[in-house]
Amino acid sequence: MRFRRRPTRLRRRIRRRDYECLRGAYGKRCTLALAPPGRFAWLLSVMENGVGGMTNQNDPQVVGVAPRLELQDITKIYPAVVANDGVNLQVLPGEIHAVLGENGAGKSTLMKIIYGVTKADRGTVSWNGQEVEIANPAQARRLGIGMVFQHFSLFETLTVVQNIALAVEEPFDLDGLARRIVEVSERYGLPLDPRRLVHSLSVGERQRVEIVRCLLQDPKLLIMDEPTSVLTPQAVRKLFETLNRLSSEGCSILYISHKLEEIRELCHKATVMRGGKVTGEADPRQETASSLARMMIGRELPVCQHAPAPEGGEPRLVIAGLSRTSDDPFGTDLKDIRLTVHGGEIVGIAGISGNGQQELLAALSGEQPLDPHQTYEIHVNGESVGNLDPAARRSLGLGFVPEERLGRGAVPAMSLADNALLTAHRAGMVKLGLVAGAQVRAFADRCIETFDVRCGGHEAVAKSLSGGNLQKFIVGRELLQSPSVMIAAQPTWGVDVGAATTIRQALIDLRNRGVAVLVISEELEELFEICDRIAVIAEGRLSPTKVTAETNQEEIGLWMSGMFPGVEDEPLPDRQELIDAH
Amino acid sequence: MRIRIEPRAQPSRLMGWLSPLLAVVLTLVTGFLFSAFLGMNPVDAFHAFFVAPVDDLYGLGELGVKAAPLALIAVGLAIGFRSNVWNIGAEGQLTFGALVGGGVALWAYEMEGAWILPAMILAGALGGMAWASIPAFLRTRFNTNEILVSLMLNYVALLCLSYLVHGPWRDPEGFNFPESRLFSESAMLPVILEDTRLHAGALLALVAVGLGWVFVKKSFIGYQMQVAGLADTAARYAGFNRKRMIWMGLLIGGAAAGIAGLCEVAGPIGQLLPSVSPGYGYAAIIVAFVGRLHPVGILLASLLMSLLYLGGESAQMELGLPSAVTGVFQGVLLFYLLAADLFINFRIRGATPQGLRSPSKPAEASS
Repeated sequence: MRFRRRPTRLRRRIRRRDYECLRGAYGKRCTLALAPPGRFAWLLSVMENGVGGMTNQNDPQVVGVAPRLELQDITKIYPAVVANDGVNLQVLPGEIHAVLGENGAGKSTLMKIIYGVTKADRGTVSWNGQEVEIANPAQARRLGIGMVFQHFSLFETLTVVQNIALAVEEPFDLDGLARRIVEVSERYGLPLDPRRLVHSLSVGERQRVEIVRCLLQDPKLLIMDEPTSVLTPQAVRKLFETLNRLSSEGCSILYISHKLEEIRELCHKATVMRGGKVTGEADPRQETASSLARMMIGRELPVCQHAPAPEGGEPRLVIAGLSRTSDDPFGTDLKDIRLTVHGGEIVGIAGISGNGQQELLAALSGEQPLDPHQTYEIHVNGESVGNLDPAARRSLGLGFVPEERLGRGAVPAMSLADNALLTAHRAGMVKLGLVAGAQVRAFADRCIETFDVRCGGHEAVAKSLSGGNLQKFIVGRELLQSPSVMIAAQPTWGVDVGAATTIRQALIDLRNRGVAVLVISEELEELFEICDRIAVIAEGRLSPTKVTAETNQEEIGLWMSGMFPGVEDEPLPDRQELIDAH
Repeated sequence: MRIRIEPRAQPSRLMGWLSPLLAVVLTLVTGFLFSAFLGMNPVDAFHAFFVAPVDDLYGLGELGVKAAPLALIAVGLAIGFRSNVWNIGAEGQLTFGALVGGGVALWAYEMEGAWILPAMILAGALGGMAWASIPAFLRTRFNTNEILVSLMLNYVALLCLSYLVHGPWRDPEGFNFPESRLFSESAMLPVILEDTRLHAGALLALVAVGLGWVFVKKSFIGYQMQVAGLADTAARYAGFNRKRMIWMGLLIGGAAAGIAGLCEVAGPIGQLLPSVSPGYGYAAIIVAFVGRLHPVGILLASLLMSLLYLGGESAQMELGLPSAVTGVFQGVLLFYLLAADLFINFRIRGATPQGLRSPSKPAEASS
């Protein structure tokens, strides 16, 4: 109903404006930017271009180009923390503007204020030189602001096209919209099936939905929160082309990322934040990665210490020909996956999201137990665990860091102490069926301290933490239970430099203690930084593993499209032997 | 101007606790207006409804008599509700518990011994659990909806009881009235307060509140059930057994309702009748939510709900109002509670058609 009524009102409004413009009465009161993009975008853009100059001439205060967005003295205070403290920021039309900062520096809060998700306690927001109050995201979208969130804002039970339709304000029919989605997504190298349900998509695919949703709205300012974390190198190239094209068309981009090289390559300007304040502005093209990192964290960029893997660890995690038909009609079937991870090595699995990673992880963690006859297809420390549930597998020494932090790795509405109890309850936290509160709090405190989790103590609610800090907590929680096999999915997704280094170093330290570590990640740089061997998953098949030093990103990138040699026979323990052993 | 409802970024915790009180106040205000509209003196009506029933010891005893089953059932239900197990069948579980427990009393007719009452309570709990196990089994085995199954079973339980008291268990000396024999003295709950009907069932309810608190706040299984209620995926990730939680949620609720039913027949009623509850099983759902699913809150809410029952009866006698007035007040209370919760979690604001307010106008002006 809303969709139908809107254009009439809009049309009326445009006529009135048109009339006012002709009378020369079009002054400061009226802003064209109010109009939603869409059916009338062409008309509005004609009017904007035609009248925009006039406005500037009439208004002596605006000389030259008004900034697309200007923030002055933005302050936001949460009960536990000052998220933004007098932040000033100016984004010019067509500028790609980086916002850099560690976890908890206040970047996400600032973006939420711009997008109308939260309201600043103090300060002003100006849009094209006019002070505005952005009350909600719908209004931000009408102004022409699009945002791709780090934590996605999609309805899981709806399809891609339905999700996008929710943000579209002009009338549409779903089929037409679906065609536009396919068209836009293909143009920008972000392939999407509009009919798929969002809950069946991987993180990388969900991000595509968010990006495409914004692009469909023809935004004037696009906010991107860690956009490249889950893209292949090739897709990042395409995204950058897209962003550069948008920029040359006059669309401003606020680009939040921790990948300093990307910022140096892409962005025209960078604002650096630390502890809620702006600590510097720079032209990233003139800076080096390490000078940017210094501005951001106030010290040198930490580097992971990585000695060669010790030889001859015993097989700890064995996947012996795992085949599984996905329960999800849109999922990927696993086909004869064979892999052995030895104690004291890190094996990485690369691949574009949606190629069977979720299915493999669910089978390994036990969240999706195998059929009874498949028991012998997964072994942890020599025990066949195929039909055990996650709790039983943890008791055998399996640690698991899932891809989603909120809602899977942690309960959003519970405190960190309660979240410690989620998987660490084996460590003496439950006595006679009752929870030993003191032990739980001590464990949480130890985790917070050891892994430098920035939060308001163990009573802080999980959802109040930034993504990176929550991830440090989850990784810490799994590590402190001394697993002998560790599986980590996207361990540093959306995590800033400092926290990512902490997490990677923690995984390497774990390996050095003789633990078998399996990392499934879509970030190739990360895998090349920490892994001893690398394999690729594509369309549910796993490639042979390669020693990291003997391969390169190009070769692995090629394998990611499914072109790898047949699996060589890994020295697997004989199936019958395994059966006899039990 | 279009009215919009949007979520608040940070719902107030304080208001979360105050909202039941707010709902009570608003219910009273509505009652005032309601009685004034009917041409009565609102103060008299208020007195008749809320003061007269409890202005003597007997009245206070009655308050406990009605609050006890409500608190008992609500504590059990709340444990399930916290883990998203929606047991709407407490009325049926109560009835079946009364039937099984009462059956033991009839079987032990003319027997004596201290074992009879504990055996009846145990039988009542087992009866309620047996009735609750049907939706639990169907849910875990066939993924049926426990709301529908448990609700429909309420009527089945009522018909079972009705059949027995009309037929096999009818009192042979009862002039063909559909009633069982009166329970013998050893099968009756002792009265714990002289000159009232307050019976030992109230103590059971208090024990249940205490156990419920320990279960919810301290026990590991209670924690697991809470996780399952808040984030199912996290519960699966942690390896918590979802089926076990569904069983626990339903069985605990069923046991509590079954004991409550037994306490009714072994307390104020003293025999089996075709109907043994004035809708306690349904009212307890309201009690559980008014009490914020917290055992202590539930205790207070059960007293309030009990007062509504008594007030309704008193209003019938003194003001000549129909008995439906109790239901009206229950409904009004729940309505205000849900409305208060809506305003705590969301805010209403009128969006101007432009969607842009001039900055000089305060944002709160239209919200």
